[in-house]
Amino acid sequence: MIAQLLANGVILGSTLALGAIGLTLTYNILNFANFAHGSLLSWGAYLAFTFALAFVGANSADFGPLSFGWPLLLALILGAALTGVLAIVVDLLVFRPLRRSNVQVALVIASFAVSLMLRNLIVVVWGPEPKYFTNNIQIQQQILPGVRATPDQIFVVVLALLLVVLLHLFLKHTRLGKEMRAIADNPVLAEVSGVNVRNVIYWTWVLGGSLAAAGGVFYGLTVQILPEMGFNLLLPLFAAAILGGIGSIYGAVLGGFVIGIASDLSVAVISPGYKPAVAFVIMILVLLVRPSGILGEKK
Amino acid sequence: MMGLLSYLVFFLIIAAIFAIVCLGLNLQWGYTGLFNIGIAGFFSVGAYTYAILAGPHHAARLGSFGVPFLPAVALSMVAAGLAALLVGLPTLRLRDDYLAIATIGIASSIQLVASNERWLTGGTQGAQNIVQPLAGTFSSSLQYNLFFLAMMLVFVAVVYLALERMVHSPWGRVLMAIREDETAASSLGKNAFSYRLQSFVIGSMVMGLGGALYASFITFISPEDFLPVLTFQIWAMLIVGGSGSNLGAIVGAVLVWGLWTASGSLAQMVLPADLQVKGGAFQIVLIGLVLMVVLIFRPRGLFGSRKALVSHGAKTPE
Amino acid sequence: MSGATLQVSRLVAGYTRGVPIVRGLSLSVAAGEIVTVLGPNGAGKSTLVKAIAGLVSVFEGSICLDGADLAGCKTHTLVRAGVGFVPQTANVFERMSVQENLEIGGYVHRSKLKERLRAIYDLFPDLERLRHHPAGKLSGGQRQMVAIGRALMIAPKLLILDEPSAGLSPKLVGMVFQRVRAVRDTGVTILMVEQNAKAALNISDRGYVLAEGQERISDAAGALLHNPEVGELYLGAKGGLA
Repeated sequence: MIAQLLANGVILGSTLALGAIGLTLTYNILNFANFAHGSLLSWGAYLAFTFALAFVGANSADFGPLSFGWPLLLALILGAALTGVLAIVVDLLVFRPLRRSNVQVALVIASFAVSLMLRNLIVVVWGPEPKYFTNNIQIQQQILPGVRATPDQIFVVVLALLLVVLLHLFLKHTRLGKEMRAIADNPVLAEVSGVNVRNVIYWTWVLGGSLAAAGGVFYGLTVQILPEMGFNLLLPLFAAAILGGIGSIYGAVLGGFVIGIASDLSVAVISPGYKPAVAFVIMILVLLVRPSGILGEKK
Repeated sequence: MMGLLSYLVFFLIIAAIFAIVCLGLNLQWGYTGLFNIGIAGFFSVGAYTYAILAGPHHAARLGSFGVPFLPAVALSMVAAGLAALLVGLPTLRLRDDYLAIATIGIASSIQLVASNERWLTGGTQGAQNIVQPLAGTFSSSLQYNLFFLAMMLVFVAVVYLALERMVHSPWGRVLMAIREDETAASSLGKNAFSYRLQSFVIGSMVMGLGGALYASFITFISPEDFLPVLTFQIWAMLIVGGSGSNLGAIVGAVLVWGLWTASGSLAQMVLPADLQVKGGAFQIVLIGLVLMVVLIFRPRGLFGSRKALVSHGAKTPE
Repeated sequence: MSGATLQVSRLVAGYTRGVPIVRGLSLSVAAGEIVTVLGPNGAGKSTLVKAIAGLVSVFEGSICLDGADLAGCKTHTLVRAGVGFVPQTANVFERMSVQENLEIGGYVHRSKLKERLRAIYDLFPDLERLRHHPAGKLSGGQRQMVAIGRALMIAPKLLILDEPSAGLSPKLVGMVFQRVRAVRDTGVTILMVEQNAKAALNISDRGYVLAEGQERISDAAGALLHNPEVGELYLGAKGGLA
């Protein structure tokens, strides 16, 4: 029973980890809490869904026991790329003009407004009913003692971990990755070292947005696609980023999985209706006890 | 003709209720710089408390205790204030954006309780048959609504005058000094945290007042009435009307609520039935755009002061 | 690689318009010189160098590097023009390794990255040994070397140092200044802000003493050391600094 809950938590954690990465990056580099980040998950899922629908006519070969095939993977990549673009557009249209005017706190209100607008734009375009990536019913199979999972769920976790590994390699060994880490570490020093901060910020949005989109697709695959999915995940995402330590990408991954597991484990002791509150309680505890998070720096 | 008058009266009543909530937010944000994105939560505490206290007895849920109108309203304010105290004690020491996240969490948690605890709130079905003050005294619903509107105007005036008094008093001046520069203010020996807590609690009590009045007028409330959209609407009202100005809070409430209902009516007339939900979504997009435009081009709104918006923030890169 | 000339004319600069901290200051540094800027706290020394590095707003006046006025340019343009800046605090990327710190500086002229890394390690041999350590975990003196090394990676024509000796023990101060002189000997012009007037003037060619946002005294380093007015203006000490 516990093992199953743990497994469920890992699956949820896959989405949260990917979503939290972009959140912690923009929070650290641009110094504001982007409430619109959840929308990037939602839009990623919906965009990928639309692409997948478009492809399905052409080639619907499945990947064996997985419920989807190349169409979904391709849709995921395209959806992620477009979501990255969406993130940049929002920054250009809304956040940059507000940063200039230096009305700092208006950024948070604006991001809250943007999140509601983007969510409702989804309703306008796609409608309010839940959507699903596939109509195939999958059977849960036993993969470990006491743990059952569908092939889709296993795929999601594996792919999430793969993305995290790729991200790590990117940050460690590429120029752009190092420049991103430099800006997260010390933006003024990065500027003074000749890093083109504005460019790197655009790429940060692309990276954060794409990863969030992937997280959204994973959630859509394992649960469902809803207009408010991103907004509902916002609190757990913030909790994950804060728990891991704002600015620490590895912290965001860790935080994502911890929050996911804690939320699912909590079902053993409290009513499932309160699952969303678990992330919030953890976040408050972190803010009171150790605001810098697990891997963050003490400021 | 009667239809139009009825509509107008109804519109003004709701606008007045929101004006009161907006005044509460103005105290917290406009004068103290507190970032409350959990408005819907405190509003709902006021509403549900009133529902439990006033109104007929219910088999399925707690209440009602048949408490008369004014005491019930007062107690609802107290409940909202208590909730604010509980929330504020751990969170008001956090920096601005953490406070914002925390208040979202609070509102979301209150929403969860309201949806789950049927014994307290009627769960997702909500609380019905709440008693209106002086119900049955008037012969038509239009006459009743006119009475309620008159009562609302009195409430708005009272709250407005009380808040104006408060912010122009020595207490209010300390509050604004803390908003501008916390370290300087504390060096004067004023305990910044305590002042902020007072402002937060009082502001939330005002929001609870709005909630109680809402429940007493609409007579049926459910968790669906207290979604984050409400918080968003109140913020839009304050930003448009002008942060830091009580007059702005009232004017902003009427304007934004007007824009909201006008666009809603337009959507209803123009869209076929199956697209109605999309129409609702479109309203939000529209208000969001208005808010965005105001924030970028005239952040202080109609009557607000620039000082209310300046943060003690760090320099951000371009 | 030869150093640039720097000519600052009637500079007015500060953080907020209407509150100038540098108030009409002029100074010059010839190619390959080491010039030290001294002065009491609040005189505007830090603001001056930050203005040259593009981190603080310039309201009036000019900052000419090899004759080209760069006042008001964006920082990364200045870096490409050859202005290297070492801030006083927060001058390394704490969570990145020593080598990564240097690499960040080196990306400006990508093609010669490896060569320049080699040159920096030759100049600061300790850093090679420590190259995989996180910069935040190094001692004060080692961090200073990383900070200076990072700035050198951009192959600057003008290197600006904001209080390089701050927080260091006397022995380390000596070592740092010795390295600064070695850097100048490779042909880089150096402008330094310092509190440790004596040690700084000992390696400098010339110096300026600032007060209230303007230059008050300008002279050869040796003369400044023995100038009683400097001691008084600066430290309230009578009889010079020597």
